[in-house]
Parts: sequence; C-alpha cells; structure tokens
Amino acid sequence: MNVLLDHLAEFREGFIGTVLLTLASGLLAMTLGVVIAGFRVSPVPPLRMFGTAWVTLFRNTPLTLLFLIAWFVVPVIFVPGLSPWTKALLALSFYTSAFVCEAVRSGINTVPLGQAEAARSLGMTFTQTLRMIVLPQATRTVIAPLSSIFIALTKNSAIAGAFSVTELFGVQKLLSDKGFPITWIFLWVALGYLVVTFSISGLFRLLERRLGVAR
Amino acid sequence: MTAVSVAKDSVAATDELVVLKNVNKHFGALHVLQDIDLTITRGEVVVVIGPSGSGKSTLCRTINRLETIDSGEILIDGKPLPQEGRELARLRADVGMVFQSFNLFAHKTVLENVMLGQVKVRRTDKKKAEDKARTLLDRVGVGTQADKYPAQLSGGQQQRVAIARALAMGPKVMLFDEPTSALDPEMISEVLDVMQQLARDGMTMVVVTHEMGFARSAANRVVFMADGRIVEQAAPDQFFSNPRSDRAKDFLSKILHH
Ligand SMILES: Nc1ncnc2c1ncn2[C@@H]1O[C@H](COP(=O)(O)OP(=O)(O)OP(=O)(O)O)[C@@H](O)[C@H]1O
Ligand SMILES: [Mg+2]
Repeated sequence: MNVLLDHLAEFREGFIGTVLLTLASGLLAMTLGVVIAGFRVSPVPPLRMFGTAWVTLFRNTPLTLLFLIAWFVVPVIFVPGLSPWTKALLALSFYTSAFVCEAVRSGINTVPLGQAEAARSLGMTFTQTLRMIVLPQATRTVIAPLSSIFIALTKNSAIAGAFSVTELFGVQKLLSDKGFPITWIFLWVALGYLVVTFSISGLFRLLERRLGVAR
Repeated sequence: MTAVSVAKDSVAATDELVVLKNVNKHFGALHVLQDIDLTITRGEVVVVIGPSGSGKSTLCRTINRLETIDSGEILIDGKPLPQEGRELARLRADVGMVFQSFNLFAHKTVLENVMLGQVKVRRTDKKKAEDKARTLLDRVGVGTQADKYPAQLSGGQQQRVAIARALAMGPKVMLFDEPTSALDPEMISEVLDVMQQLARDGMTMVVVTHEMGFARSAANRVVFMADGRIVEQAAPDQFFSNPRSDRAKDFLSKILHH
C-alpha cells in the first residue's frame, strides 16, 4: 500500500505514459491499418503488393525485434535523432497496423459484393466506394476484433518501458530496483493496466451497441 | 451541301448508343462470350433471353465494365470504355444498372440511396438532388417510403428504388439483369410497369429477362443467346411466333410449357 502512496507521482506518470503511448499508437495504427486494408483490396496491383508485404512483414516480426530495429537500425539508415517515445510509437503502431489491416479486411469481405458493384455502376470511384459504402458496413463486424487488438496493444506498450520510455511497466522496474516489495508493485501496475484495458473494452462495447441501433 | 451530309452522317453515327464489336471473354477455360457483335441504337429496348449460363449477365456487365473483356471493343455513345479509373467512373455514371438482387445500400435510407450518386458523382447540390430523388421516388410509386431503410421494404419496392437510384444519374442507357427474378409473383408486375413506362418515355434499355409479356409489349428487339453466342435476333412477335434457330425453338418450347 505504502509503495503506491509514497510513489504516487511515479505511478501517475507511468500510468499517463502508458495511456498516451497506447492512445497515440492506437490512432496511428488505426489510420495505417485502414489505408493498408484499402491497398489490399484495391484494383491496382502494386498497391495490393505493398499491402501484402506490409502485413507479412509487421505481423510476423516479433515486436521486441521491431523495437530493436527502431532503436538501432532506423536512426542509422533512415531518420536519425528520433526521441525514444517516437521510436516506441512507430514500432508499436506499425506492428499493430498489420493486425488492424487484417481485421478491417475481413470486415470488408463480409459486405456483399453487390454493394460495391452498385456503387461502382453509379460512377463512384474506388476510394468513394470504399469510404462511403463498404467501410461503414464493415464497421460493425470489425469492432470486436479491434477491441482485442487494442487491448493487446496496451499490454505490448510495456515493452517500451524496457527501452526507457516512461510508462507503467517501467515504474515496476524502477521501484523494484530500489528494493521495494515486488508483490505490491506488481499488483498496482497490473491494476493500472486493468483500468486501461477495461476502458477499451467498455468503449468498444458501447460502440457496438450504438452501431447496432443505427442499422 | 457536303457540310450538310457530313452533319447527317455524324448524327447517324451517334445514334448508335452501345456498340459491341467482336467481344470475347473467358472465365478460365470457359469461353463465356464468343465473338459478340451487338449494336443498340438510341431509344431502343432490347431484351436478352437465353438458357441459364449462356452469358446474358456477363454480357450485361461488360457494357459498364463490371466485367473486363479479353478482346474486341465496346463503345458507349461513340467512346470506347476506358481502363479502370476516374474516366471509367465518369462513363459508368451514364450507364444505369439494375441488379437481380437490388443491391440498395443497406446502411442508407431510400432517399439517401437515390441522392448519393447525384451528390458524390454528379456534384449536384443537396437540395436539388433531394428534389429530384423525391420526384423519381414518386414516379416509381415509393415516395412515401423515402425515410425507411431498404430492409424495411418489400422486394418489389426495393427494386423500384433501385430503378430510381439509377435514373437519378440521368443515364443514357439502362441495363437490367433479371430485375424481377428475385421477386414474388405479385410484385413482378409493379416493377415491370415501371419499366414499361420507362420504355414508353424513350429510355434506351437492355433487359435480361424471362418475362415474355414484357418482351412482347415493350421490346423493339429480342436477342437470343446460347453458349456465349448471339444465336438469333428478331422483333419480338417474329421471334416468339416463328423462331428460326433450333436452339431458340427448343428454349421457347421449354419456357412456354411452364
Ligand atoms: N465470376 C465468374 N467466374 C467464373 N465463372 C463465371 C463467373 N461469372 C459467371 N461465370 C460462368 O459463366 C457462365 C455464364 O454466366 P452468366 O451469369 O453470364 O450466365 P446467365 O446467362 O446470366 O445465366 P443465368 O440465367 O443463370 O443468370 C456460367 O457458366 C457461369 O457459371
Ligand atoms: Mg444471369
């Protein structure tokens, strides 16, 4: 108990760090995932190939390896001088975007082909068809898998702690290094994650119900 | 004098609204369309009939390039169908399509269904688009359903909305692929009535259907397809009372005995 009260500032900072990192990578992953899913169903072969390559690469690489690449390869080959937070953001959101993409794509596949054909025969472009006809109808089926993906993302963000980004899991290391009782630290850290993941599943359940009514 | 005859020629040329020249298409090993030549003039109503699997739907769908072709040429109002992209999208807006399964946008109301293409493709302003949509919905007899979702309508009503949605684009030609095949018998006539009226108003139409009554009363020409080929074309009366080919005789004897 005392560990929490005595180090409330650290816990709070760690908690906020986790929330911010999850939120930012969630948003970026969502955007990337939807765009890449669009690529994967596009009539343009190079885009489709790019989409497939993206998913294959980021879905099959261990996240820790992506972190290592973001830390030690990206600065040397691509852009130097990124902050640890940005690097964590990139690793997490690229990784997660592959999963988002596949969830969105399977949602797209549940929308009857006739919907897209009707839109195209009205003269709507591929992008218009996807944005106005197909994606809105795919949303409902995509919500449940997205919820799991974002919960996984929350927990995955713990890896950033090991790379000295301030977040909840890193607090545990900091305090246990100082010799505080590990059980209590773990308990409070776990509780912190629970708060975030419960909020996510609550939010998505709400969305699911809302969209259920709209149809 | 020469100027006049040139002008006349160009009028005659643009009278050919849809032209298919030597069109071929395969689905893998299956040769679904074989050397199809077909010209549809402005204002003409052409009914396409033939046994199941003969390629009628495929023919219909190649005309607005929902299906690509392997060889040959398709011209709409003198312009060849372009590759997939913006230009094709623009051309598709001039070709209305009505599907067997209606394909109304399930997440949009009836009114929104009829407005969407006008607003997003034709860039008509919302107010004008709504007025036109309501007028068209009234015309096909579903004006009172404007604020419902497609799933709340009967099949016949949905199909009439689909016709209104296509008409809202102000198409040069309308394609119908078995528009009444998914309907209960009592709803068939309400859709056919709308199509009859459209034909009388001078719309150019290509209609895949087994409704012989419609073919007799509304069509200028019947095109009979079998095994990916156009086997026979004739005026409806002539075709139904005196088919020339054995395939057509065989087909007619089968459907007329039901
Ligand atoms: N996307 C496709 N892939 C492979 N084969 C197809 C495809 N679409 C149609 N076919 C085949 O092509 C042939 C012609 O099909 P099409 O739908 O044009 O026939 P149809 O004359 O419209 O028949 P129906 O009266 O049953 O609607 C059929 O044998 C069909 O199985
Ligand atoms: Mg068919």
